[in-house]
Amino acid sequence: MVAGGRKSSKREDRIDLLNFKDKMQSKLGLDFKRVEHARDLSGKIAAEVQKFVDNYTTVAVERTLCRLMGIDGVDSNEVPLPNIVVDELKEKGVLNQGALYFLGNAMAATGLTPQQVAEGISDGTIDITRVAAQNKEKIESVLAPVIEESISRIRKRRMRREEYLNTIGEGPKPYLYVIVATGNIYEDVVQAEAAARQGADIIAVIRTTGQSLLDYVPFGATTEGFGGTFATQENFRIMRSALDKVGEEVGRYIRLCNYCSGLCMPEIAVMGAFEGLDVMLNDALYGILFRDINMQRTLVDQFFSRAINSFAGVIINTGEDNYLTTADAFEEAHTVLASDFINEQLALLAGLPPAQMGLGHAFEMDPELENGFLYELAQAQMTREIFPDAPLKYMPPTKFMTGNIFRGHIQDALFNIVGVWTNQGIQLLGMPTEAIHTPFMADRYLSIENAKYIFSTMKGLGNEVEFKEGGIIKSRAKEVLENSILLLEKIENEGLFLALEKGLFGDVKRARTGGKGLSGVVGKGDNYVNPFIKIMLGGK
Amino acid sequence: MSGGLYSMQSKEFDKTLDLEKVKPYGDTMNDGKVQLSFTLPVPMGDEAIEAAKQLIRQMGFENPQVVYYKELTPGFTFFNCYGSTIHTVNFNNIYVPKVESGKMDMHETDDYIREQIGRPLVIVGASTGTDAHTVGIDAIMNMKGYAGHYGLERYEMIDAYNLGSQVPNEEFIAKAIELGADALLVSQTVTQKDVHIKNLVELVELMEAEGLRDKLILVCGGPRLSHELAKELGYDAGFGMNSYADDVASYISQEFVRRSSVKKNKI
Repeated sequence: MVAGGRKSSKREDRIDLLNFKDKMQSKLGLDFKRVEHARDLSGKIAAEVQKFVDNYTTVAVERTLCRLMGIDGVDSNEVPLPNIVVDELKEKGVLNQGALYFLGNAMAATGLTPQQVAEGISDGTIDITRVAAQNKEKIESVLAPVIEESISRIRKRRMRREEYLNTIGEGPKPYLYVIVATGNIYEDVVQAEAAARQGADIIAVIRTTGQSLLDYVPFGATTEGFGGTFATQENFRIMRSALDKVGEEVGRYIRLCNYCSGLCMPEIAVMGAFEGLDVMLNDALYGILFRDINMQRTLVDQFFSRAINSFAGVIINTGEDNYLTTADAFEEAHTVLASDFINEQLALLAGLPPAQMGLGHAFEMDPELENGFLYELAQAQMTREIFPDAPLKYMPPTKFMTGNIFRGHIQDALFNIVGVWTNQGIQLLGMPTEAIHTPFMADRYLSIENAKYIFSTMKGLGNEVEFKEGGIIKSRAKEVLENSILLLEKIENEGLFLALEKGLFGDVKRARTGGKGLSGVVGKGDNYVNPFIKIMLGGK
Repeated sequence: MSGGLYSMQSKEFDKTLDLEKVKPYGDTMNDGKVQLSFTLPVPMGDEAIEAAKQLIRQMGFENPQVVYYKELTPGFTFFNCYGSTIHTVNFNNIYVPKVESGKMDMHETDDYIREQIGRPLVIVGASTGTDAHTVGIDAIMNMKGYAGHYGLERYEMIDAYNLGSQVPNEEFIAKAIELGADALLVSQTVTQKDVHIKNLVELVELMEAEGLRDKLILVCGGPRLSHELAKELGYDAGFGMNSYADDVASYISQEFVRRSSVKKNKI
């Protein structure tokens, strides 16, 4: 809990303490031995995955290392220099030795900076694979100061956020999270400032449709996108600077969210780390299931992207809510919980503390389902109790939003009631115009007003109300937990790869060698080094 | 309040529904009542309210009422308004092109295909281009379906292949050839800046270039699509909001039979 400049913070500390005591005894009567069993199973599943991950690298990981070495910019054809370096290594068939080895070798031999080496590759004056081999110590010694510089750049960014949180403070939880998605970063700024003034705590800049499938990150400020705005480092900088200003104006730190998903997970993570992003969508499985990205590629990429997010103090959001847009929210609730368990264990392996795990779940049951609200409440409370220290990311109804904006506003209100009742961490505000268009400025206002009203008028509800023994809510929570354990046992038995092939999540089946981006995965060679992992996992 | 409040005398008001001059209905026939909400990029104040009223008048409304306003952020004011429209439409003259096939339920369609075609129809669907949304294609194709309408995968006489989202048009066509498709379903959800139109047109052009266009039944669907727009873009049919798998299956099976009989007649 951050002691902000606001008068309310002490009182909130006390409430948090009360909540903490509540955590000790489950309101739902959950059997925490069963929860521990689920965690053990997930730990084993994650460890199996990690054994694979440790032996591989990808083009995205190597481009990320280039960026960490300070390589940036594009050539005359708009190709980013990190792509030029990594594509060169890939074409020459030596990517398995890693970008750092070749960069360090070239730096040691020529005395050039990484940026100069990259430019030399770009204009054809340097063949990085034919530079005379230097000895290991020399390579390490030229790399060390560059590594230290980029580590300290990320560290400073993190401290800047902490400084803001200690001075101007932040809004109470659940944080109000809204999206902007105009396609034009400058218009996004206008929308984001308006949202912050209305009470938003987190601004997510939705990416343009299709960016997840680009095997590079575009460069510079952008004003054209479809259904969203390109994630570029310059766009991150523009929005972060706007939110710093409006945050100072409203006296609340405003967090910025983007998307470490798709084919450039770790690259986006490092750009966010450099530019002070606070929240990143960063699911271990989402790209595999919903963007048909190859599972080997995504599992290797997610590890490094999460290590970076961990070190940068970024809260990751996982995407389990998406399962329920393709599978039924009542019948498949246990797949969400099982995936939360797996995402948690994979995140721990990447150094993320629970306080940075925005594990996902969603309010997606059919409004026609009798007692649907009770089931939603049971599941949200269950998720809260199972992951007590995680700032859970709670997604609003989308699947059953129909274009009836009036009913939609009520669906969102019910969702907000569950959010405040069960003490969710990050409330992704639903818009009455969901399923019609990306939010108008007024849609966002109506949604924020809806949430603020409910969060205030029902603030203490969760501390007042207990659930009936043997009632619908307690029984539902128990049932979902038990079903998720059955699923985890199955996955532990078969391995995560096979589980994905069988379609155990979101009804989506993916082949181990199918999907996009597999050609960018290689086994690590003898000279391979990535010292960042050790530094980033080693703590602050 | 005037004494008129206590008067039980009936006032002169219009109760007649005239289909040649239809107006919106609030609580009295022909009152023309419409609710509007919009944001003007001007600061809140009397001038903003007057601007909203003038705008509403120019839109063809009488008696504009601003019932709520709120400055969303400096320089942007949101309004909720009412007005009575002066315009009417002639309902008797309305013509909307529609998919003209009788609607059958899943069992009827299965029986129909069994009797009339004698083999399962192969239907391949995808959300194409950069569109990452699968909600539309899933609602039509997934076994479970949507809102109580089973999806095509559940039909005994349909071999349904859902390729998912972000399928490039070239890949979609290649897969259609490989699977021996009888019909293609294209779902488009993202419609910002008309990206869906470009993508839908590109598919038709590619199919024409491959000489495939006449061999397959080509159907598109999505919340912002209509049959009329689909026809304009070169599709055989389009399905908009509130269409389900049974609408699509009924159409495809009947269209398939119609085309086969045309071919036979030619021979």
